[in-house]
Amino acid sequence: MSHQVLMPALSPTMEEGTLAKWLVAEGDAVKTGDVIAEIETDKATMEVEAVDDGKLGKILVPEGSEGVKVNTPIAVLLEDGEDESAIAAAEAKAPEPEPAPEPKPAEAKPQAEPAAQQAKPEAAATPRPKAEIAPDPDVPPGTDYVELTVREALRDAMAEEMRTDPDVFLIGEEVAQYHGAYKVSQGLLEEFGEKRVLDTPITEYGFAGIGVGAAFAGLKPIVEFMTWNFAMQAIDHIVNSAAKTHYMSGGTMHCPIVFRGPNGAASRVAAQHSQDYSAWYTHVPGLKVIAPFDAADAKGLLKAAIRDPNPVICLENEILYGHKSPVPQLDDWVLPIGRARILRPGNDVTLASYARGLTYALDAADTLAGEGIEAEVIDLRSLRPLDLETVLGSLAKTHRLVVVEESWPVCSVGSELCARAAQEGFDDLDAPPTLVAGADVPMPYAANLEKLALPSAEKVVAAAKAVAYRS
Amino acid sequence: MSTEGHGEKPIPRFLSQDQDDASPMPADTSNGEAVGEGLAQEIADKVITKQAHESELDAYRAMLLIRRFEEKAGQLYGMGHIGGFCHLYIGQEAIVTGMRQVMEDGDQIITAYRDHGHMLSSGMEPKYVMAELTGRSHGYAKGKGGSMHMFSVERDFYGGHGIVGTPAPLGTGIAFANHYRDNGRICVTFFGEGAANQGQVYESFNIASLWKLPVVYVIENNRYAMGTAVERGSANAHHLYNRGSAFGIPGEQADGMNIHAVRAAGKRAMQHTRSGAGPYIIEMLTYRYRGHSMSDPAKYRTREEVQDMREHHDPIDLLGKHLVETGEATEADLKSIDKEIRALVGEAADFALQDPEPDPDELYTDVLVS
Repeated sequence: MSHQVLMPALSPTMEEGTLAKWLVAEGDAVKTGDVIAEIETDKATMEVEAVDDGKLGKILVPEGSEGVKVNTPIAVLLEDGEDESAIAAAEAKAPEPEPAPEPKPAEAKPQAEPAAQQAKPEAAATPRPKAEIAPDPDVPPGTDYVELTVREALRDAMAEEMRTDPDVFLIGEEVAQYHGAYKVSQGLLEEFGEKRVLDTPITEYGFAGIGVGAAFAGLKPIVEFMTWNFAMQAIDHIVNSAAKTHYMSGGTMHCPIVFRGPNGAASRVAAQHSQDYSAWYTHVPGLKVIAPFDAADAKGLLKAAIRDPNPVICLENEILYGHKSPVPQLDDWVLPIGRARILRPGNDVTLASYARGLTYALDAADTLAGEGIEAEVIDLRSLRPLDLETVLGSLAKTHRLVVVEESWPVCSVGSELCARAAQEGFDDLDAPPTLVAGADVPMPYAANLEKLALPSAEKVVAAAKAVAYRS
Repeated sequence: MSTEGHGEKPIPRFLSQDQDDASPMPADTSNGEAVGEGLAQEIADKVITKQAHESELDAYRAMLLIRRFEEKAGQLYGMGHIGGFCHLYIGQEAIVTGMRQVMEDGDQIITAYRDHGHMLSSGMEPKYVMAELTGRSHGYAKGKGGSMHMFSVERDFYGGHGIVGTPAPLGTGIAFANHYRDNGRICVTFFGEGAANQGQVYESFNIASLWKLPVVYVIENNRYAMGTAVERGSANAHHLYNRGSAFGIPGEQADGMNIHAVRAAGKRAMQHTRSGAGPYIIEMLTYRYRGHSMSDPAKYRTREEVQDMREHHDPIDLLGKHLVETGEATEADLKSIDKEIRALVGEAADFALQDPEPDPDELYTDVLVS
């Protein structure tokens, strides 16, 4: 029986891709394992193999098509003896775009193509109208913008700093020849050479310590962790060697180093690969911690981090890597570490968040606006130092605070912010400061459970209504 | 270059004019016997190759300075003037002194927490080291680091690290910076035989060998990782010098109680590494006379074992005998050196006891570079 070839998901976070090339033509016979097409994701060009024997009946998506969603039928494969009449039948049963699975454990989920890969539906949030984002006061009026992904913005930040300072170098697993496991360092090896872009063995404790030693000796390393989950093996050097030495030396030896990489949950990679470390590093005096949300944050904050004479932790997010947003076209776009930004002004409730938490907060703000509640959304940008002033200033206006984060809720950045708001903004509060965080469990693998373990716009809306005493 | 300061008036970088004004230094000569500021640094400078090539008398002086300093530190600890952890180097003096003699100006040193000897042999002033031990304002870390955490970038001394094994990657990183800058320097990286079992040491060996980094690893095997004898904690315990062989790093064992053996091995190591051939490992067989730290009664070994090392293998006695036998010094000369050094250490102790504690405002300084 004929069947459809679907656009495959080629990474845990892939939502769509470009069908770059068909390597077979209609009418060609294909065997299981034959490479039939090339697909470009935002990270790489991947080959698609046939999973059945047969004849390529019809190409449904021509080569060069961009933004082809995962699970879209891209071709029809005919079995031996079938003719073209079978094509129409196959087309007819093309599935509707798969709806986001509801968080109901009992629901059976249609599975297409190789069962292992499934795009994360909630990550495919519709692009937000830009008009809703308030202009960044750090950008001079009249500045032009360029649309970049967060991934590109991070790469540009490193490249610009490496161009101006020969002491800056990048070290980590797969950062050079592979261009980064998440393709953040694309082009850096080619531009700066193997002296300044160095692949390491998979030994985090060792190369983190080597980075710290090089920083003690005056270089400015950027140490990439493939993800922050693996930095647990190196945390001794981050905390004991990097963060404490300036103090322990009475200010005579410092450690100008950036540790960066993706943090928190990606998609369906389970507990050991889905932890948010924001609270861990924000806890430590001697470190600075940044958590960029959009491309402008990513570029401006990472450039500041590389120039900073202190150890800086840059908590990126894999889901956000592919998100595009405008970045000011300035010769030197650098953001101050320790200052938050009001992304969307409002008078009724303050939604303070960082990194991917802001995707929920901004969606919630849209919904709330439809119900007559104007939320003020704050992008914290930095977690240490934390811009309490901006949050308390907003609280003085809205009298209500909801903090949104993907982290575990116990002893988190969000719980800290709630505590500080209670202590220092008590008189301004008309409702208890409220935290919408990840569930207090190791991250589950199952799609529905993972969704339940993360915040959502709905949960933020509910929390905002609760503090606004609206039902 | 940070080495330009060698031989100049010894002032730790943080002792700026302002700070001197704000917090006057106590008198240097409280016992009436002025030895003169800078003597200790002169002693250290003389064991650094370019100052005087392998002078036995200079080495003797440098080792004795460490010995007397550590004895005084032990005494002050017993009197309650030094707190926390205090790890004495007594018995191991020949290692850092001999290595210093084969190092060049600009080569760096990094070690763990048994570090006072490494500081003194780097030319750091005893009185400021001692003031750090007593937690006072003119200590090398303004009293914030203590025994295990002192640094002098001017003197190419990179600490002073309290976590076992960490000097290995940190020193490899300093060597990486040398390599990156192509400055011809070598980072001599010290750690104990207990640390030699740590995973991060092998991660460092791998990268150092892979990238041919200019690092010489010195394993100071004093036989006991705290209370655990090397045979109880290390497989193939008598061949730690061989621990880099899987990574293609040459290694050798040397008698760390004999400064001539230390220098001979050190010279081979430095030549190998200076030639661009990458890392080298020396396992120095040594012994600490005192416990792991001041609070360790060292019940895990016999009194006889310690006594035997003291009587028959003491590095300072051995070198003293050699000096007298070769006619380079008389017994009277050695006595006079001892007197001079005792006075110096006495002054350091007096200074460290009179120096004020850090200003309470210092609690919140130096957390971040502003």
